[in-house]
Amino acid sequence: MTFAIQFLRRTANAVMLLLAVLVLNFCLIHLAPGDPVQVIAGEMGGASPEVVAALRVKYGLDHSLLEQLLSYLGKVVTGDFGYSYYFNEPVLQLIGQRLPATLYLAAASLIIAVLIGTLLGVISARRPNGLFSHTVTIFSLIGYAAPIFWTGLMLLLLFGSVWPILPVAGMADVVNPKSGLAYVADVARHLVLPSVTLGVVFLAQYSRLARVNMIDALSADYVRTARAKGLPEYVVIGKHALRNTLIPIVTVVGLQFGNLFAGAVLVETVFSWPGLGRLVFDSILRRDYPTLMAVLFFSAMMVMIANILTDMVYRWIDPRIRGGR
Amino acid sequence: MTTLETSAPLTSEATLLPAWSAASPGRIAFRQYLRSPSGVIGAVLLIMLVFGTLFGPLLYPVDPVDIVGGPFSPPDAEAWLGTDYLGRDVLAGLIYGGRATLTVGAVAALITVIIGVTVGAFSGYFGGAVDTALVKITEFFQILPPLLFAMVLVTLFGPKLTTITLAIGAVSWTSAARLTRAEFMRLRNLDFIKASRAAGAGDGHLILRVVLPNALPPIIVSATLAIGVAILFEGGLSFLGLGDPNVVSWGRMLGQNRNYVLDAWWAVTFPGAAMFLAVLAVSLIGDGINDAVNPRLRRRT
Repeated sequence: MTFAIQFLRRTANAVMLLLAVLVLNFCLIHLAPGDPVQVIAGEMGGASPEVVAALRVKYGLDHSLLEQLLSYLGKVVTGDFGYSYYFNEPVLQLIGQRLPATLYLAAASLIIAVLIGTLLGVISARRPNGLFSHTVTIFSLIGYAAPIFWTGLMLLLLFGSVWPILPVAGMADVVNPKSGLAYVADVARHLVLPSVTLGVVFLAQYSRLARVNMIDALSADYVRTARAKGLPEYVVIGKHALRNTLIPIVTVVGLQFGNLFAGAVLVETVFSWPGLGRLVFDSILRRDYPTLMAVLFFSAMMVMIANILTDMVYRWIDPRIRGGR
Repeated sequence: MTTLETSAPLTSEATLLPAWSAASPGRIAFRQYLRSPSGVIGAVLLIMLVFGTLFGPLLYPVDPVDIVGGPFSPPDAEAWLGTDYLGRDVLAGLIYGGRATLTVGAVAALITVIIGVTVGAFSGYFGGAVDTALVKITEFFQILPPLLFAMVLVTLFGPKLTTITLAIGAVSWTSAARLTRAEFMRLRNLDFIKASRAAGAGDGHLILRVVLPNALPPIIVSATLAIGVAILFEGGLSFLGLGDPNVVSWGRMLGQNRNYVLDAWWAVTFPGAAMFLAVLAVSLIGDGINDAVNPRLRRRT
């Protein structure tokens, strides 16, 4: 019962925030210097005053701002995000085509970062001053400080010319297209470098976080109790200490979805991964505002969904939250 | 007689002790900072980078926009770090580009912290309706992916260095706000704050002179890290072609040469390495400050 109410409240909150993103989008477009119709006319290679006036009527720019805002919201609610002049396609369709690729990349990177990051942190927490721990600390510093696009380019350099064992561009082999399982394997091979590049930044932060929290957890009373009860070490660490180590990691993961999507944009540009990132890059280049705004909206929506999922994971890990709040 | 002998060293120690404890908290923190190896390494690294961009032209007087040779000539005695796709000197670009990158980083971080601390302070200090409203606004900014939002802002308002700096500041203040809010909420109900309020201190005085100084340590650490984030953001924006076309920056060098990475690794590797070292330096400094001001963490890391 309480859960249903909480869920409804969260959803209502999410819808309000997304509406706010749309209003922001609308305001930004209108605040930006330059007349949108002139931009479109410019894209068309110049237009006569009659055409400009016709465009103004066509896009409803002759109405008041409030009317324009309401009609914009009305269109978006019915799934009309405008038309991309550069791609010559409705924006929604463009995004629909590219969203899955970005989701694969983001998910793969997140899995790499959380699994390996936690593992490294937990192992190094067992001997905080050992050689392994110091190595992990140094590598996580490097991973955090290296610009993501630079790491990507360095990997591209390494695997593109020095040691060509992995594909460095695209999502699948276009010369010899595969099908069935072979296709899945092919996509997975193409996914390795982009997801590692994107994952490393987050991996660095999670391993640090896991290390500090694991060190804390291992000196806590409940771990001593568990050990005193004679539980094997893997149960003490894997069940008791790990649960408490994961909570702050889940918090940080939840806060970082926005950065994950933004990072994906950069990584996709480096490795020509056919996701939203490439779309953003092309629409920036062509000043394709409708597409850019729709991408901002959809990534905000994704962050929102991811936050709701994070909340559910939270409840699953931490029974204290499950009770109420 | 023996008692007199032992009392002599005791008194001299007693005179030493007050001198030690009389040191200001700032000096104690500074001394503590110098004990942290990461802090010292980071500070040395940052000083070297700043000096390099300030005094580099004296040692290496090459104009970064001059075409000094053929495109893609590898590092040699002429151009120490090679030339880029137009034949411009990479090292000269690094020296001048560092000025833009480091300035954008510092100014954007300052904007981030000013917005974040203002929002967080009001929210945490006043609580209630003010807090609810400000938390909603923060929540709203949090669901917009910061770099994407900055890209949209720069695309709409034009790629100028000021726009870029403002955009980075405007999109990345949420974590500073959350942090400040938490600190203010924690401090608000402590006895010494209540005492100041009972003594007649106004809200402005309490916020700026009483609560803020006590909330500063974590804010300083996050400000340091914000410089690193801003440098990475400037790089990311320039990399996507949203750098100021009239200013050389590390990110722009990287973005312009990235398509030729397989032909001229030096034109991409060095600007990225410079950016990496700058971010590494500020995050090491952040670690050092954290060690110095946060004794609880000191024994752990």
